[in-house]
Amino acid sequence: MAKETILSVKDLEIEFNLRGKTLQPIRKISLDLYKGETLAIAGESGSGKSVFTKSFIGMLDSNGTIKGGEIIFEGKDLTKFKKEKEWLQIRGKKIAMVFQDPMTSLNPLKRIGEQIREVIIEHKVVPKEQAKQRVIQLLSEVGIPDAESRYSDFPHQFSGGMRQRVVIAIAVACQPDILICDEPTTALDVTIQSQIIELVKKIQKELKITVIYITHDLGVVAEVADRVAIMYAGQIVEIGTAEEVFFDPRHPYTWALLSSLPQFGEKGGELFAIEGVPPNLFKKIVGDAFAPRNRYALEVDFLAEPPYFPVSETHKAKTWLLDPRAPKISPPDVIRRIKERDYWQSDGGAV
Amino acid sequence: MSRIEREPILKVEDISVYFKNGKKTVHAVNHVSFDIFKGETFSLVGESGSGKTTIGRAIVRLNQIQTGRIIFQNEVISGKISRTLHSKVVRKVQMIFQDPMASLNERAKVNYIISEGLINSREYKNQQELDDRVHHALLDVGLLPEFASRFPHEFSGGQRQRIGIARALIMKPDFIVADEPISALDVSIRAQVLNLLNKFKRERGLSYLFIAHDLSVVRFISDRIAVIYAGKIVELADAERLFQKPLHPYTKNLLSAAPVPDPRLAKSKVVTIYDPTQHDYSKEKPTFSEIEPGHFVYGNVAELEKYSKEL
Ligand SMILES: Nc1ncnc2c1ncn2[C@@H]1O[C@H](COP(=O)(O)OP(=O)(O)OP(=O)(O)O)[C@@H](O)[C@H]1O
Ligand SMILES: [Mg+2]
Repeated sequence: MAKETILSVKDLEIEFNLRGKTLQPIRKISLDLYKGETLAIAGESGSGKSVFTKSFIGMLDSNGTIKGGEIIFEGKDLTKFKKEKEWLQIRGKKIAMVFQDPMTSLNPLKRIGEQIREVIIEHKVVPKEQAKQRVIQLLSEVGIPDAESRYSDFPHQFSGGMRQRVVIAIAVACQPDILICDEPTTALDVTIQSQIIELVKKIQKELKITVIYITHDLGVVAEVADRVAIMYAGQIVEIGTAEEVFFDPRHPYTWALLSSLPQFGEKGGELFAIEGVPPNLFKKIVGDAFAPRNRYALEVDFLAEPPYFPVSETHKAKTWLLDPRAPKISPPDVIRRIKERDYWQSDGGAV
Repeated sequence: MSRIEREPILKVEDISVYFKNGKKTVHAVNHVSFDIFKGETFSLVGESGSGKTTIGRAIVRLNQIQTGRIIFQNEVISGKISRTLHSKVVRKVQMIFQDPMASLNERAKVNYIISEGLINSREYKNQQELDDRVHHALLDVGLLPEFASRFPHEFSGGQRQRIGIARALIMKPDFIVADEPISALDVSIRAQVLNLLNKFKRERGLSYLFIAHDLSVVRFISDRIAVIYAGKIVELADAERLFQKPLHPYTKNLLSAAPVPDPRLAKSKVVTIYDPTQHDYSKEKPTFSEIEPGHFVYGNVAELEKYSKEL
């Protein structure tokens, strides 16, 4: 199956200006997004997941600028866009985004149905007379019971999970090619979370869209992702299929993330914790950004930034450990146990 | 649970908390009972709004209860109590909150934040003792004593949560209500905080009421777990047993929805549905019954019979 690239990012660099000082949240990221896939982006808070993806729809905060690189979509370089008019052809229409807090995307004073209808009319999805009918259809497609009677409700009359469904309905109203979900379920209960994940999967299948799913929950990653990108300090440090990243991770940061999951911890024992804090992005980073927190760090990690080393055709990691000259280091025990699935405690499942 | 002496430190007996919402009365907590043993981590899980935090707040006397009573170290601590007992509860029962940022006074320096409880209860002899105890509390939670003169916003999320824990520990509590203490934290930092809570349990015999919605965390940290739905406990068991043999349909629903960090298993996950109208309690009233040693479920006779067959 040949993979068709729908969006291609090359050496993207983003800077923020904060009271005269510059901060570099995105440090040369390249990424090919494949048509129809679900790519999960995981990494700790501040690693740049939101900033990175917001740049695809021209929604960087006003103090942010793209310093280098390109974002190619439909033959155009989005980083060259100057006018809001150009973005309106992309944002919401071809690339849509769903955020953690549904209220950031909803107007509290407007009826739910009207909010969706406006989007549909603005983008001329269907003739005006059919717009209301289409809204009701959309609402029931995202699992709002009694869609017709709930059309005139206000956002506050909906629960958190229902609001997120409405936001998803708005996002997919124009049948976008790419749907970016930025922590859409972090604020929700587990049962609601699993329903929203199911909904995103269903939409992805039915509309055949490409999904970028941002989350810090590796359990959610395992559930949604075809491919996984692990971000650290403004870079993608490892990327591969979900199976490759979970069962054969190569970057010590990925090891650390997986090791710290309570699912893999031994009851009553110590849970693996990553020491230290992420690097200061105001300072120029020398070498591998993870080195100061990496118990497997080599001397070279403090001197030179590692390139990507391929592990397979679909899997690569940015760590000197993969250099043929590096000493052989085996991953921590937990990683082997994940693969062999013997973290299963009796028949209780892997929760 | 093997090493734990089964001596309750806290007894929650048939408590209810009602809130008036306009004309409606909301039964946030509806006749809930459980014991927490000395040196135990007892967790409450359930969806948001199910009453978890309200129970925690009732224990630390921030919410009034309308029925039942709460007993701590053999003394009734709910309702009207003496001043001395109240101040004992304020010292011995501490609460750690979800949002480390919101729960810390932004304008106060760390040393004041940590020592505030001591100062209010005048539990120290002189400035020297106060400084010493702040110093040790910071070391206890793995922070540098130099941090005492800094402000909260100069810390990372994990560090702020540790300040919150230091602030509770300095009171030398016997019991801690930890309400979603790690939900706002990153995976990597969560581990630090969980390890810390476990360390104090081991070293000082602290007991916890732990409130969380992340089931993997709850399974890791708890000795026993109570599942709460709409203000009622529907199931209670040893942590491992609950995950092995969930009986109540709501528990099944909750456990089946939890994310599984394994791409092979996760993609074949089946989530069971819970429909609360499935229970017909019009003729036969439900009870909270011990179905096997230490394992309690809420149901009527017919349901309980069905559950025992599943064991
Ligand atoms: N408008 C801004 N001005 C200055 N710095 C910013 C701005 N927006 C984000 N940043 C910084 O950029 C970095 C990346 O932030 P980003 O929001 O992308 O992280 P994230 O990976 O999405 O984190 P989280 O998991 O917490 O959502 C962080 O250091 C953040 O503080
Ligand atoms: Mg973000």
